[in-house]
Amino acid sequence: MTYKSVGESKPRYNALAHVTGEARYVDDIFIPGTLTVKVLRSPVHKGIIRKLDISKAEKIPGVYGVIVAADVPCNTYGYLTLDQAVLAEKEIRYMGEPIAAVAADTVEIANEALDLIEFDIEKQTPVFDPLEAMKPDAPKVRPEGNVLMVGGRPYRLVYNGDIEKGFAQADEIVENTFFFPSQEHAPIEPQVSLAVPEKDGRLTIHTVTQGMHFLLKQIQRILGQGEDLSHRWSERMQYSSRGGHLGWSDIKYVGGNVGGAFGGKTELHADAIAALLALKTGRPCKWRWTREEEMLHSARHSPWRITFKDGVTKDGRIVARQVFTLHDAGAYTGFSSYVVDKHAFYVAGPYHLPNVQVKCSVVYTNKAPTGAIRGFGVTPGTYACEIQMNMIAERLGMDPWDLRFVNAMRNGDQLATRTRLESVYLIETMQKLAEVVNHPLNEEYATLTSAPREI
Amino acid sequence: MALLEIKVNGREYQVAVDATTSLLTVLREHLHITGPKVGCETGDCGACSVLVNGKLRRACLTNALTIQGAEVVTVEGVGGSGRLHTLQKAFYENHATQCGFCTPGMIMASKALLDENPNPTEMEIKEALSGNLCRCASYPNIITAVKSAAQKVTDGGGDR
Repeated sequence: MTYKSVGESKPRYNALAHVTGEARYVDDIFIPGTLTVKVLRSPVHKGIIRKLDISKAEKIPGVYGVIVAADVPCNTYGYLTLDQAVLAEKEIRYMGEPIAAVAADTVEIANEALDLIEFDIEKQTPVFDPLEAMKPDAPKVRPEGNVLMVGGRPYRLVYNGDIEKGFAQADEIVENTFFFPSQEHAPIEPQVSLAVPEKDGRLTIHTVTQGMHFLLKQIQRILGQGEDLSHRWSERMQYSSRGGHLGWSDIKYVGGNVGGAFGGKTELHADAIAALLALKTGRPCKWRWTREEEMLHSARHSPWRITFKDGVTKDGRIVARQVFTLHDAGAYTGFSSYVVDKHAFYVAGPYHLPNVQVKCSVVYTNKAPTGAIRGFGVTPGTYACEIQMNMIAERLGMDPWDLRFVNAMRNGDQLATRTRLESVYLIETMQKLAEVVNHPLNEEYATLTSAPREI
Repeated sequence: MALLEIKVNGREYQVAVDATTSLLTVLREHLHITGPKVGCETGDCGACSVLVNGKLRRACLTNALTIQGAEVVTVEGVGGSGRLHTLQKAFYENHATQCGFCTPGMIMASKALLDENPNPTEMEIKEALSGNLCRCASYPNIITAVKSAAQKVTDGGGDR
């Protein structure tokens, strides 16, 4: 077989535009008459809005529009769970939650208008630690409870075999807890949205996005007065095939060059407020987040607490693996329900585990919502799992390579999700890796293959 | 309001600015020269790096009226119409861009370095680019690109 491009170095398709400065990002689009958007964010972590008066802000020359929750046609959104408000109506659940938004001629005027918005928030006791938030008497982050229910349980459960039977067979129990801190994506390009009302009644939104359709679905619902579409793909597709939803064709979403995202541009950050102000003022409205907003208030990597309890035999077989994970979602669900699913499917690692049980809980706290970042929950799982493997090896006095060869998945093995594997090359990959780093393998592991194990 | 007279990429401009207008605002919002990017507006990321009278400056922290009459070069003015500067070509060929947002600033910081020191060591390159952040972490390729451009200059085949 001959290849046209495999094995050859090709220039990046837009690299020429990058090096000449011609690459156009959202913030590089200038439309005459564009207004600058600024947003009033909550200065408290948790509270109830008792007073919100925008009348003085509206009267400043150069201010074209000020919006509050009542101006949002449908004020609940979310990728999977509709639990977040575009502008807080009453309850504040995290510091930085948007309360009101201003569109003005200049950034100075917009900031002056923000200063003139009068508000009064009754402070409530927030909860930041997920372990505290899980206690029955903890302050409620969400009315329905501080733990996300998944299929009637307060955790996502993935299991195979009999975990207690497995622990009974073990010679040693190795239990460790791992922490993975929160992290901001920190793209060099902050969140930007430019919403342009068109003369034909449509709305063009230039946005920084990694997933146009993730956002289109949500913004259509916000602007479309809550006309509800099912949040499952299949039904959504069905809906489209019946001629499309009324609101969809009215919104023209424009993506393009993105100045770094790392998962942080899969969320609806700036678009809804820019769009609402554009519709209210009839003028193009641009909202570019400051670096401070980006660091403090944009979606971020959730902190994780992952406990591994493994039952192992003296010869290094993992006969039972129990994992309990807490995913600190912040104040809203966002991608968390999807992230814990993926985490739960992967966290036990690429190992043959006859008895495995994984429980992952999504816990709400009064912090900025978390979201997608580099691996949707797989990265912290792998971090914990592989350190646990080394700690097991240390306890047994075994070479960590050997421990992995003993337990490596082979063809015919079943995952915790009960998928039976058919094309596994973990052993061969590790052999190659050992060769690359000059790690000597004993005869047994040097000649091992991924052929199905004899039971 | 005051009148700022400034030369950018060889062209002369007169712009009405006030006492707080930054050079970055003048370039982007008045002149629509968008190579220099708004990354942080606090001088931390380097995405707005330009040359002012030949010296590397953060356009976001440069008050426009303090550089009255200055000559400014942005990434758009490095090569010239229809041709790439040796550094631009080196960034292109060495895969030194991923998202591309830091690239204009990286190229300007690299140009400032090669203007002063046409044959830098790897450490000197790292030091010269230490004020420019690349979140995609293209640093190894960026350093390779600067080295390759420097080599071309030393060999006599590249632009300074």
